[in-house]
Amino acid sequence: MGRIVGVPRELTAGERRVALTPETAGRIQKLGYSIIVESGAGADADISDDAYRAANVEVVNGAAAVWERADIVMKVRPPAEHSDFGAHEADLLREGQTLICFLWPGQNEALMQRLAERKPHAVLAMDMVPRISRAQKMDALSSMANIAGYRAVIEASNNFGRFFTGQVTAAGKVPPAKVLVVGAGVAGLAAIGAARGLGAIVRAFDVRPEVAEQIESMGAEFLMLDFEEDSSGDGGYAKPSSPEFREKQLAMFREQAPEIDIVITTALIPGRPAPKLWLKDMVELQKPGSVVVDLAAEQGGNCDLTEPGEKVLTENGVTIVGYTDLPSRMASQSSQLFGTNLRHMLDDLTPEKDGEPNVNMEDDVIRGATVVKDGEITFPPPAPKVQAIAKPQQAPKGPSPEEQAALDAEAARKAGRAQWALLGVGTLLMLLIGSVAPASFMQHFIVFVLACFVGYQVIWNVTHALHTPLMAVTNAISGIIILGAILQIGSSSGIVLVMSAISVLIATINIAGGFLVTRRMLAMFQKS
Amino acid sequence: MYGLIAAAYVAASILFILSLGGLSSQESAKRGVIYGMIGMAIAIAATFLSKGVGNFNILISMIAIGAVIGAAIAARVAMTGMPQLVAALHSFVGLAAVFIGVNADLELGYVLANSTLSADGVRTANEGVEFAGFAAALLKKSVVEINIMRVEVFLGVFIGAITFTGSVIAYGKLAGSISGKALTLPHRHLINLVMIAVCVLLGAMYFYGAGVWTLVLVTLIAFVIGAHLVMAIGGADMPVVVSMLNSYSGWAAAAIGFTLGNDLLIVTGALVGSSGAILSYIMCKAMNRSFISVILGGFGGEAQSGGQAIEGEMIATEVDTVAQQLDDADEVVIVPGYGMAVAQAQASVSELTRRLRAKGKNVRFAIHPVAGRLPGHMNVLLAEAKVPYDIVLEMEEINDDFPSTDLVIIIGANDIVNPAAQEDPTSPIAGMPVLEVWKAKNVIVSKRGRGTGYSGIENPLFFKDNTRMLYGDAKDSMDKVLQAMG
Repeated sequence: MGRIVGVPRELTAGERRVALTPETAGRIQKLGYSIIVESGAGADADISDDAYRAANVEVVNGAAAVWERADIVMKVRPPAEHSDFGAHEADLLREGQTLICFLWPGQNEALMQRLAERKPHAVLAMDMVPRISRAQKMDALSSMANIAGYRAVIEASNNFGRFFTGQVTAAGKVPPAKVLVVGAGVAGLAAIGAARGLGAIVRAFDVRPEVAEQIESMGAEFLMLDFEEDSSGDGGYAKPSSPEFREKQLAMFREQAPEIDIVITTALIPGRPAPKLWLKDMVELQKPGSVVVDLAAEQGGNCDLTEPGEKVLTENGVTIVGYTDLPSRMASQSSQLFGTNLRHMLDDLTPEKDGEPNVNMEDDVIRGATVVKDGEITFPPPAPKVQAIAKPQQAPKGPSPEEQAALDAEAARKAGRAQWALLGVGTLLMLLIGSVAPASFMQHFIVFVLACFVGYQVIWNVTHALHTPLMAVTNAISGIIILGAILQIGSSSGIVLVMSAISVLIATINIAGGFLVTRRMLAMFQKS
Repeated sequence: MYGLIAAAYVAASILFILSLGGLSSQESAKRGVIYGMIGMAIAIAATFLSKGVGNFNILISMIAIGAVIGAAIAARVAMTGMPQLVAALHSFVGLAAVFIGVNADLELGYVLANSTLSADGVRTANEGVEFAGFAAALLKKSVVEINIMRVEVFLGVFIGAITFTGSVIAYGKLAGSISGKALTLPHRHLINLVMIAVCVLLGAMYFYGAGVWTLVLVTLIAFVIGAHLVMAIGGADMPVVVSMLNSYSGWAAAAIGFTLGNDLLIVTGALVGSSGAILSYIMCKAMNRSFISVILGGFGGEAQSGGQAIEGEMIATEVDTVAQQLDDADEVVIVPGYGMAVAQAQASVSELTRRLRAKGKNVRFAIHPVAGRLPGHMNVLLAEAKVPYDIVLEMEEINDDFPSTDLVIIIGANDIVNPAAQEDPTSPIAGMPVLEVWKAKNVIVSKRGRGTGYSGIENPLFFKDNTRMLYGDAKDSMDKVLQAMG
């Protein structure tokens, strides 16, 4: 057996996720690893110790035992100090061990230092997986954002006193709820989908114009801002916008605020505090009973009034939800997705499937995620070689309808002229031949030209699907050349006899072979 | 008797036209083949009655042997081998045209040597010599007619010889016994031009009575031209080449018809010739290439320069995932290419189709005009595997449906689904009409390895975000997908 993968219980209060599910355990074992898990690790995500045991996972007591025996430790949250545990998890990291979890290295420099000092083999941050196509399967941020977006709508509806969907009931008409989603990343799109699913009218805004299509494909209306600026940053994320742009954007939100029932904000800029987009005055413009769900609460919030981790009610009766643990509130789902992301990461780390991790720093994805290698801090990684999203190409402008009509007319005229020219040349050619050739030749020639015309008319009607039978049948009838051989075979000359006999033979092969194979082919064409 | 034969020939001509016309739909086509057979039988029977046809024992035994061989080939040939068979049959027509043309000249020489021309232009047989059949007809020809006949013989032999060796080489390339790569000799256009010039010169000498040796020499040089022309054409252009040879075999027959003064040969040759020409035109259109550039050859095989570099990477997928995707999809389109024929995967593809349709999914096939090595090749392969023809659609019929398609499976096709044709004006295939598969939600590409297609052009489709590569033999892959679907 190869190395041991260990999964301890999450210690952070309120954290219900776990880094391993019985399903992912099976796939990890196929990579050659054996697995141990701390007793009770999956309890909050509805996974019992027995479920793990059934998947061939050894259940051990106490986090210390996991850290001590495992070669690779997989977690959800970054290592932290826990009073009831009596130690900092970082101190449990052994020399030569590998740790994979969320780390937020940009915000946690002290922790990185502390981890590096323990001289681990490698520390991989799941939040640092680059956003390229190949790495989508291990993009845990997207998985979690998807859940957060969905949950945001559920939280909003939980705090909203009305239906989402419009209804006409015997007791009167209920208008549909209006939802505004700010920021159409993964979370925003998931929120649009969930809100649409509940029947709300959804509008969405994003500073990156290229996501308009995605927004519309989810069934929401894209709020267009008439302003020339592309705020797409590297790696498919947004970058800060100019003050003028921001003013226009806020003006538009202000206009929307009075009629919107639910606001879900998801705007984040990598490595910066969340931009303030839903200001105090906008909340004041909202109707009582409205709800704001701020998914950026952990980074300071998009809304002025957000209290991270809390739900607050404003004076004018607007509920502002600032929960920071939305994925954890759906622990079963998020454990399953996060576990699968981890499983894919191990997959890439173990190309040989021999239970021996290979932290290949040449690999863009692994390089990006690795923040500590052999005791050295390797953060930040160099820019990935592959672009996340191709730049939209300028579509060439087609001709306008009038231009098109003119072009068509011109083409028709050209075709007409070409036909006249062809007829002219043809007539001239005929006259030329006719003036010198004897009558017997001209008779045959007329037949030839007419046959070409008939052939031309007939063949264009042949369906494309039957082109192969067409070739086979023309093969057969071009065996008509046998007539020539038959006419010559009566010759008294020996060599003529031999050559015409061979011609008869091969022409017959053509005729028989061609017709029969065509019949065989055509018999195969069956209608359903 | 002459009237009867002429009537028979008219009947045969009409039956041949009906036979070709019948191919406008799958149902009428079956009747059309019967018409063709009857027409052929009438034509041969009528010709038997012609004056001067003799040596019936040899004639009939040759026909019997030929019929048996032909029937045996027709019954045995695999549908994947159709391109080779068609090429082989073309070569027969070419060779027969050469033989008959040379024969005509030999007979002419014999007649001229044994007859005298009187002052008023009437030729009579010498004492003790009697001409029969074709020779008797030759005797009646005036000097101008004999000259014209020489031109016809020259044309028949020349075209026939090119058709013969061209088809033999095409057969070799299609059967894989000759490399599919384009052979590009230095100065190959010059070589061809010189050879053609020599042939024309020899033709002129023949015209002025230089004798049969010039005709034999023309035949030999034309053999080389035919071989060289087709050697220079790459595998992807084979559909054009095969239809071009189809056309040539028709023209050769027509030229022989002129030589012999046989209207049925002329009509049939013209029908076949124009059929092949139209097919070549359709194939060229489908590749956005001019006929001349295809004939001049040199395309395909070697890596092409030009074209934009592609960013991104190809992402491999697994059989289980594909099975899952198929299960989730409602609208599925399958795009087969030559690779399906090579891997003999059509039966597995058909089984996959049957299963998906049984689950109520809408499965259709998209056929590019130049998919495979023969016009309409894919249709025949799918028909053989019992895929109903009404779900097998042409490019124009299905191209607009890709945006609403959930999953496209591409089996052994490459250039015909290359978006560079539309997106990259510097690409060697820019402007070629292609199947717009990348507009579908997901694309699976079943492919042997990471290499480029026949044209040697990188395919940006394989690098798109919604594309996944299923590496491996197409038949293997499809069988595994079937298993994974349970």
